[in-house]
Amino acid sequence: MAFISRGFRGKRRDTASGSRVPPGQHVVDDFPVLSAGPTPRVPLSEWSFSIVGELDEPKTWTWDEFRRLPSETVSVDIHCVTKWSKLDTSWTGVSVETILEGVETAADYAVAYCDGGYTTNLPVDDLRGRQAWIAFEYDGQPLDPEHGGPARLLVPHLYLWKSAKWVRGISLQAEDEPGFWESNGYHNRGDPWREQRYWGD
Amino acid sequence: MARAAVLGRLTWQLGEVAELIQETPRVSSLVLDVPDWPGHLAGQHVDVRLTAEDGYQAQRSYSIASAPESAQVTLTVERLPDGEVSPYLVGELRTGEKVELRGPIGGYFVWRAGDERPLLLIGGGSGIVPLMAMIRHHAATAAAAPVRLLYSSRSIEDVIYKDELARLTADDTGLAVAHTLTRSQPAGWEGYSRRIDGEMVAEVAWPKKDAPAVFICGPTAFVETASSLLVESGYDPAWIRTERFGATGG
Ligand SMILES: Cc1cc2nc3c(=O)[nH]c(=O)nc-3n(C[C@H](O)[C@H](O)[C@H](O)COP(=O)(O)OP(=O)(O)OC[C@H]3O[C@@H](n4cnc5c(N)ncnc54)[C@H](O)[C@@H]3O)c2cc1C
Repeated sequence: MAFISRGFRGKRRDTASGSRVPPGQHVVDDFPVLSAGPTPRVPLSEWSFSIVGELDEPKTWTWDEFRRLPSETVSVDIHCVTKWSKLDTSWTGVSVETILEGVETAADYAVAYCDGGYTTNLPVDDLRGRQAWIAFEYDGQPLDPEHGGPARLLVPHLYLWKSAKWVRGISLQAEDEPGFWESNGYHNRGDPWREQRYWGD
Repeated sequence: MARAAVLGRLTWQLGEVAELIQETPRVSSLVLDVPDWPGHLAGQHVDVRLTAEDGYQAQRSYSIASAPESAQVTLTVERLPDGEVSPYLVGELRTGEKVELRGPIGGYFVWRAGDERPLLLIGGGSGIVPLMAMIRHHAATAAAAPVRLLYSSRSIEDVIYKDELARLTADDTGLAVAHTLTRSQPAGWEGYSRRIDGEMVAEVAWPKKDAPAVFICGPTAFVETASSLLVESGYDPAWIRTERFGATGG
């Protein structure tokens, strides 16, 4: 039983969308920013995206090659471990499914790596099946550097720290390897519906 | 105390308000007795959970302001008038009452007294809170690293921990503080009177040859500006750790 806070009623701004808001989260209208360091800035001419690790041959796309891959626009709800959720956000990107097409791998785990040194780990199953994208547009506009531009991973069914900003590639691995926040006290998988915020949740 | 960053499972605990300290017209510190507190590092935060009679809950994160050496856990909260949780913590909650929390959380935005690199702290508004834990930790351990704090507030009335910062500076603990007041300044003000900019950072920050440790905390735009200015001035991004207080205004 949780402790009742005398006199607390709450604002209950988001009761209408309650079934879409995971436990402990509340809906916001703005788009807060959270990152561990300064915002990296890489010119598109130097940008590339790679799949490395457990596969026959690493694959790399330049920005132009990457942008020629089939992309899609999706509307999803996003949930940050710092307690805010934002509903119906619109993103355009290439699904990781598309990127992994034709890649033969026995790897069960993946680590996304980024400019600035950030990493995050996920089971490959969380990346496949059109539930994860490399997104380059938010709301029809090129993705702001603050929010991870030129491109970020988008895995909306997990807490947003899994949606690595400034992503530059995915390493496919036989073994699970905790990423940046996962080594700093945050949950290894991060399912918001099971409120997996921290180690042991 | 100060044993580890995060120990296994984080369970909800009850903290009892031992003292309420009004820091500024909008900001108060809650000094909490937390019986089974596992200890924390300077810069970590807790999650606070409020529950209404009908079971409705709200959670928010708050940085720990007290040093790891302190027996009590102090949170310093800015009251946002339309906010859900902060007006309860600052305004409703009284001494002797309890509040649910769990922590400490976060193993990255932390500073340990053993780190001898010169320390640069840049805070905007309530972003001073985790930096104050570092300053208090520094003072409590008589740490060797020299510390510079650049602290941006709206007006002199909004400066949190004003007297304590002045005292620590005067006590020769190795702390130097530069204030900037962005909206209004008292007569005879000798600090900066504008938003943080390149010139200010160049004057306050350690030269890059010192390879300092840097912690920046505050509203998103403030953190973006401060960290970009440092990177443009030649700082290695790897020296800089940031914490953004998300949806808070200010
Ligand atoms: C790691 C971390 C550490 C933090 N440390 C501190 C700290 O030490 N001290 C501190 O004071 N804060 C801190 N914060 C911020 C804190 O967690 C809360 O965000 C803050 O107290 C505001 O919460 P609230 O419930 O009062 O306001 P909220 O209800 O969350 O609202 C925030 C603002 O947005 C507006 N708003 C939000 N949603 C709506 C809506 N649907 N309609 C209209 N208006 C809306 C509100 O009017 C208000 O001004 C920290 C945050 C993080 C992530």
